[in-house]
Amino acid sequence: MKTKLGSRWRPDFWFFAKIIVIVAMCLFIVYPFYTILTKSVFSNKVEGLTLYNFIRFFTKPYYYQTLIRSMVVCFATVFTTTLIGVPIAYLMTRYNIPGKKILHIFIIMSLMSPPFIGAYSWIILLGRNGLLAKLFATFDATAPTIYGRGGIIFVFTLHLFPYIYLYTSGAMNSIDSSLEEAAENLGMSKLRRIWTITLPVILPSILAGCIMVFMTCLADFGTPMLLGEGYTVLPVLVYNEYMSESAVNPYMASTLSVIIVSCSLLMLTFQKLVVDKRNYTMSSMRPPQETQLHGWRRFAVSAPIFLVVFVAFLPQIVVVCQSFVERSFSGMVKGINLNNYRAILSRLGTNIRNTYVFSLIAIVFIIILGIIVSYILVRKKGKVANIIDTLVMFPFVIPGSVLGIGLIVAFNRKPLILVGTAAIMIISYVIRKLPYTVRSGSAFLYQMDPSIEEASINLGVSPMKTFFTVTARMMLPGIMSGAVLSWITCINELSSSIMLYSGKTSTIAVAIYQEVVRMSDGTAAALATILTVTTIISLLIVFRATKGKVKIV
Amino acid sequence: MSNAVIIKDAVKRYGDFTALCGVSLDIREGEFFTLLGPSGCGKTTLLRMIAGFNSIEGGDFYFGEKRINDVPAHKRDIGMVFQNYAIFPHLTVRENVAYGLKARKVPKAQIGPKVDEALELVQISHLADRKPNELSGGQQQRVALARAFVIEPSVLLMDEPLSNLDAKLRVQMRSVIKKLQRRLGITTIYVTHDQEEALAISDRIAVMKDGHIMQIGTPNEIYAKPQNPFVAGFIGVSNFLDCDVKAAGGKAKVTIQNELSIEVPACRDYEGKGSLSARPEQLFFAEEGMPGTVLFSTFLGDFIEYEVQLDNGQSLIVNEYTKDTSDVHPDGEKVHLRFDPLRVSLYEAGSGEVLSL
Repeated sequence: MKTKLGSRWRPDFWFFAKIIVIVAMCLFIVYPFYTILTKSVFSNKVEGLTLYNFIRFFTKPYYYQTLIRSMVVCFATVFTTTLIGVPIAYLMTRYNIPGKKILHIFIIMSLMSPPFIGAYSWIILLGRNGLLAKLFATFDATAPTIYGRGGIIFVFTLHLFPYIYLYTSGAMNSIDSSLEEAAENLGMSKLRRIWTITLPVILPSILAGCIMVFMTCLADFGTPMLLGEGYTVLPVLVYNEYMSESAVNPYMASTLSVIIVSCSLLMLTFQKLVVDKRNYTMSSMRPPQETQLHGWRRFAVSAPIFLVVFVAFLPQIVVVCQSFVERSFSGMVKGINLNNYRAILSRLGTNIRNTYVFSLIAIVFIIILGIIVSYILVRKKGKVANIIDTLVMFPFVIPGSVLGIGLIVAFNRKPLILVGTAAIMIISYVIRKLPYTVRSGSAFLYQMDPSIEEASINLGVSPMKTFFTVTARMMLPGIMSGAVLSWITCINELSSSIMLYSGKTSTIAVAIYQEVVRMSDGTAAALATILTVTTIISLLIVFRATKGKVKIV
Repeated sequence: MSNAVIIKDAVKRYGDFTALCGVSLDIREGEFFTLLGPSGCGKTTLLRMIAGFNSIEGGDFYFGEKRINDVPAHKRDIGMVFQNYAIFPHLTVRENVAYGLKARKVPKAQIGPKVDEALELVQISHLADRKPNELSGGQQQRVALARAFVIEPSVLLMDEPLSNLDAKLRVQMRSVIKKLQRRLGITTIYVTHDQEEALAISDRIAVMKDGHIMQIGTPNEIYAKPQNPFVAGFIGVSNFLDCDVKAAGGKAKVTIQNELSIEVPACRDYEGKGSLSARPEQLFFAEEGMPGTVLFSTFLGDFIEYEVQLDNGQSLIVNEYTKDTSDVHPDGEKVHLRFDPLRVSLYEAGSGEVLSL
């Protein structure tokens, strides 16, 4: 401990800020998860503490099969997304692909689209009665099925390859071109240069992308729920078990939750072990030049990228088109009109309002907390800051459905009953989406020289006032671009909402899910269009505001 | 009002590492005082303690009569110029300079003229409404200066303000700063690792090493009479020669490798091994003296720098001014070297304590 001679310690603003943040995090993250942990070692079949549920999980195929399936889906998706994402990143950073900037924006848009819209859209295209399926049928051919394992991996791949692309191209742009030139100068051929220099140097970034893909796949509920048809993965099983158990004592669902979180933690540790050993800091003096291609070469390089981006973005186009098509109960087209929108406005107006109101309230909290937490993490380093860092990032490894169950079991009894309220929805949004804003805000703050704050203090402005007039003001671009990502993921949130909603607090995402299950395609498409359009407009605003430099990852 | 700065036994610790080991300074009112030393010597640490950005683990800091240890940084009334300028990127040049005045609640009517005057002094009035990202390094430097002195602080601190500028601009800004300081008469504490800059700009210099002060003096004193081998080696170039010393009654008999024997004025009695330091320009070629061979010569315009290897194997740097001589000694020439005994420094071999007057 440092001893400060002659100066008394007084609690300042940051002291209280740290306490408030930690208390809130403990109450809404640690306590719910702790409750899940305790529930997982109880059972309604056995008295007292027991590993009954864990034993049941690892001995009954009905249960452990879901873990295997989840792993199959996750690893397969990591593989396919890498296979697509890395080459696209390489080509996009090194060659004169036409419409590069637009393509980049489209790739980001497919990533930020509501996660289950892909699944829903591909059902419209390739499902039973699907448009493409029918087209195939007229030629007496069978369309590949979108249901089951293959379909899930397909939809995940198209939705998540942007992660790999974004991480890889970020790293590719920060390699100093002299590195590859040195290899060339030493006599390496082009392909071997990529293999011996470029790939190893960007490997940590690719792995970071892989972990994002893995985590998202492992946690995602909507896609496998809609496409699974018997191919049940872990998050779907959590939901099913939870629905069949009493809300007060979801023992098996808790056990499953603990297993999912353990898997995520395991992967994260593995990635840290691999990456920490080979993290290269580079100062790119001269970013790599793009090679100018002409004629058929340029076409050959560009065409596959256009194809992938088109297929990835297709679901959003399909959904928007579908939203204007009115169908009879049997699925016959009755006309092109706005009836779907009329239907949702009269029937699901509350859901629409809820989505925007909850997300807006959540975003206000996220911005305030984001500024304060980022500042603590970067400028008030120490043991307390480390604890806050871990707590804030913890929801990253907790799937939404798990957090949902945690919040329910934690807050369904006195003294704090929140189940069924709007508050619990908003809390879950703030907790789950805060990391986006904190990461973007603290990354921004890291690049800000502390002497700017010192200059202000030195000129006679108190530290507190300096924080609000200089620091917070300068952090705003970083915070806001993170906050827009938080906002987009809030409005599209399904996996915890589906656990937490009540009749009065249902949201658009929940309604889409229910409409799809009810085979009411038109209204689902209209709702999805609202989300898609909001997402795209929000993204375009950040692109405008940050001149295209928004950092998604 | 400008203030004297008095520091008594300043101590700074980082964990087990002691960055400052009881440093005391007495900086006069209106003085341009420089803390000079290699990186890690504690000069910036000390400056930031004065500014209030580093905690003070021990010692007393006074501005004039007032002890400032417990005064928070924003109430110390100090102007500071940061190494990277720390210009507020979201404010214009004018707003940057006005920032400290606003914090001091200076009436609006006075802020405008004061800012204009400050910008005029650093010759950037025409840039007043620009944003920092539209300025060059030298221009940002001028904004930082104007912002620091416009508040008429009692003390002005500068943390390596010229280190981010190119060589030519550095020399130019150095005289801008010096003239400005003379004109405003603000007590100024300046940190640098560049000895040439320190000699050029300061009234007095404190040479620091490993958290200790090695010597305090005017540029001339520090250059001509370094108090220990470290200062002799750090400021300018010095040749060190092993020698035998027999000092008594204010005179030291110095014998170098049995070849050369001279008398140097001494401050105390001593007998034993010594170390003699001579600047390159204090050594000269002579008919007799220390024998050696010219290894290498570099023609530098106003002088020629020779590397001479003595017959005992030691290498020396010798400067000969071109105005004094017309011919260049070729490599390999056998020469003899002498020096002016009144202008060399003599130290004890082990402790490095000074023997010469």
